[in-house]
Amino acid sequence: MEFGLSEDQKLLQESIRGTLEKVSPLERVRKAAEAREDFAEDVWAALKDLGVPGMLVPEEHGGMGMALLDAALVAEMLGRYVAPVPFIATAVMAPIAIAGAGSKAQQEAWLPKLASGEAIAGVAIAEAASGAREGAGVTASGGKLSGKSLFALDAAKADVIVVADKAGGLYLVRGDTRGLTKVALTSIDLTRTLTELQFDNVDAEALSTGDSDATRRRVVDAGRVMLAADTLGAGWAMIDKAVEYAGERKQFGRVIASFQAVKHLCAEMAAELEPCRSLVWYAAHAFDAMPEEASLMAAHAKAHTAETGRFVARTATEVHGGMGFTDLLGLHYWFKRIGLDRQLLGSPERVRHEAAAMQGWAAAD
Amino acid sequence: MDLAYGPDYEAFRTQVRDFIAKNRDKAPKRFGVSRPSEESIAWQKLLIEHGLTARTIPKEYGGYGAEPDILKSRIIAEEFTAAKLPMGLANQGISMLVPTLLELGTEEQKKKWIEPTLKGEVVWCQGYSEPGSGSDLASLQTKAREDGDDFIINGQKIWTSTAHAADMIFCLVRTEPEAKKHEGISYLIFSMKTPGIEVRPLTTMTGHAEFNEVFFTDVRVPQKDIVAGRGQGWFVANATLKHERGMLGDPNQAGTRLKEIVDLMHEETVDGTRLIDHPVYRDRLMQLQARVFAMQFHGLRLLTAASKGEDPGIARLIVKLQGCELNHQLAALAIDALGEIGVLYGDSPHLRAHGSWQHRYMFDLGLIIGGGTAQIQKNIISERGLGMPREPKPAKA
Repeated sequence: MEFGLSEDQKLLQESIRGTLEKVSPLERVRKAAEAREDFAEDVWAALKDLGVPGMLVPEEHGGMGMALLDAALVAEMLGRYVAPVPFIATAVMAPIAIAGAGSKAQQEAWLPKLASGEAIAGVAIAEAASGAREGAGVTASGGKLSGKSLFALDAAKADVIVVADKAGGLYLVRGDTRGLTKVALTSIDLTRTLTELQFDNVDAEALSTGDSDATRRRVVDAGRVMLAADTLGAGWAMIDKAVEYAGERKQFGRVIASFQAVKHLCAEMAAELEPCRSLVWYAAHAFDAMPEEASLMAAHAKAHTAETGRFVARTATEVHGGMGFTDLLGLHYWFKRIGLDRQLLGSPERVRHEAAAMQGWAAAD
Repeated sequence: MDLAYGPDYEAFRTQVRDFIAKNRDKAPKRFGVSRPSEESIAWQKLLIEHGLTARTIPKEYGGYGAEPDILKSRIIAEEFTAAKLPMGLANQGISMLVPTLLELGTEEQKKKWIEPTLKGEVVWCQGYSEPGSGSDLASLQTKAREDGDDFIINGQKIWTSTAHAADMIFCLVRTEPEAKKHEGISYLIFSMKTPGIEVRPLTTMTGHAEFNEVFFTDVRVPQKDIVAGRGQGWFVANATLKHERGMLGDPNQAGTRLKEIVDLMHEETVDGTRLIDHPVYRDRLMQLQARVFAMQFHGLRLLTAASKGEDPGIARLIVKLQGCELNHQLAALAIDALGEIGVLYGDSPHLRAHGSWQHRYMFDLGLIIGGGTAQIQKNIISERGLGMPREPKPAKA
């Protein structure tokens, strides 16, 4: 029995941390956000050098065939450095969709390109994962898609997009296909893109090998674990910044870190957030090793980390006092990252309802 | 990451199951309130003989003498919990005094006290807190004045559970009044039958006297019954408190409690609708289920670190705070799900679970306060875990 990271996993996480420390400092993040870059090409290039895009791609397609826990460790660091890169769809959800339900030809066409970082992949699955807003939804008919999907991930510059239709099927659509219109949605979080996709009789290939319901489920589970890990990393960054700031800021003749009112806020943040690490690890491990528990644990990790993340984000901001509220300090990049993580792929209330339904305690929607 | 125990441990689990299958009818039905019942003492003896409790205590002191193996201890706990059988005794003597003597006692003290304590024949109480010394325990004022080979003890202790039934006390007393507060304390063990000791029960909000006050008036105790030397009491006590905090906030207790609430919410109805079908109560249940999972997996992480001899840092420091709070919130949900039935108590008609949810809700608040208050825990987390500075002492007036 060993519940912890292997030496390889610790090294992996340290190498991602070291790289992001160099290539994704706050000034770089700020520049990407202010210039509305779809993503920071140089940061993504540094992660490509480490093999990040191919982590979950099977080895026979040029990837590293690693576990979801490995990807979660990367996601945690991306959250910690609010890195503006297309990770969740390109490196996690799309490879799982294509490897899980793609034909041999589809796998050969896309997986090696995703593994090498040559291609970017988006995922449009918000309606299936979070419920449809404003009547959104995509309908498939005769190999063509029509309708719209909101809140597509990593889709702004995607070469290929995995799209879920209303019937629960998954489709591959090329980013430059005729009839596909992309509308950029501006969220609070400018480190990641959200896109509305409008389909007007768009050519699509079905991802229909094997059990596509199960594949769709796994794509969502994996995405939820990544968002939880992202919030874990962003939350710990906020705690560390709050502790550091409190250790420097003086009022009433002493550092505010020596006031119990401030210390206790920091202790509460750490005490609430640290158990989320174990929940994220377990959920990620279950995805590969205990598939019967995977969806429930992904749901709990997503919802609970989102709730804890909200508490940490506001509390760490308060510890920074007025400075936390300014743009100058940049703390708000973490606050907003956690805010977006919370709503994507199912808000806590919705995800908890799903978790109840999975255990037979509520009717499934 | 590997959650399987592997063949050696599974073989051990089979041994434990065999023991349970053969001996389950010998498990005590009556445990005794303050002192273990005869059945409990017999069960304890059987468990020690089979290495199922006191497992790593050396044989010469009455234990089983196995190498420490935290995973085997966990397997024993898992199997006994699954079989709904009582584990070995877990009183303050066994949980706190025995590890302290093993670490710091003289050979004579170990020989004399550990075995009868393990067997449940000698019952101990803990004399730490005083009316004026709670969170600031090191300010304690109970005095031990030298008189020949003895100390003469005067003062008062409070929150002394089982003092009315205990044979012995391990007690912090001030032996060096001139020394700094942390350096003037000694850890003494003596008989509760010694003349000059008066025990008064302390009834709590639960309506039960779970604690006592203990008054010492010219209590004469041999100086040789100090553990680890004069002035060392603070360091001895800290070694002991470490064992106590390990016991508080156990996530497996939260797991058991969650299961009870799931059952309750399936059985209880309001206006004919089961509570589990009520979306607001159900959402609270789901929030707590996530917390229970998080703390259970956190426990696995700490277990792994302990088995490798690694220090898990801040992860260890949060367990008492989070675990006790979680248990309290679980009791609160059960009470709320029961509505007016949830406030029934004592021997009322319509009572559920013998009124235990209210009892737990109140007693858990005691656990949040006791063993280092939540506020002291937050000081520890922020200072030792996050490296924040101590609150400066106020300037002397």
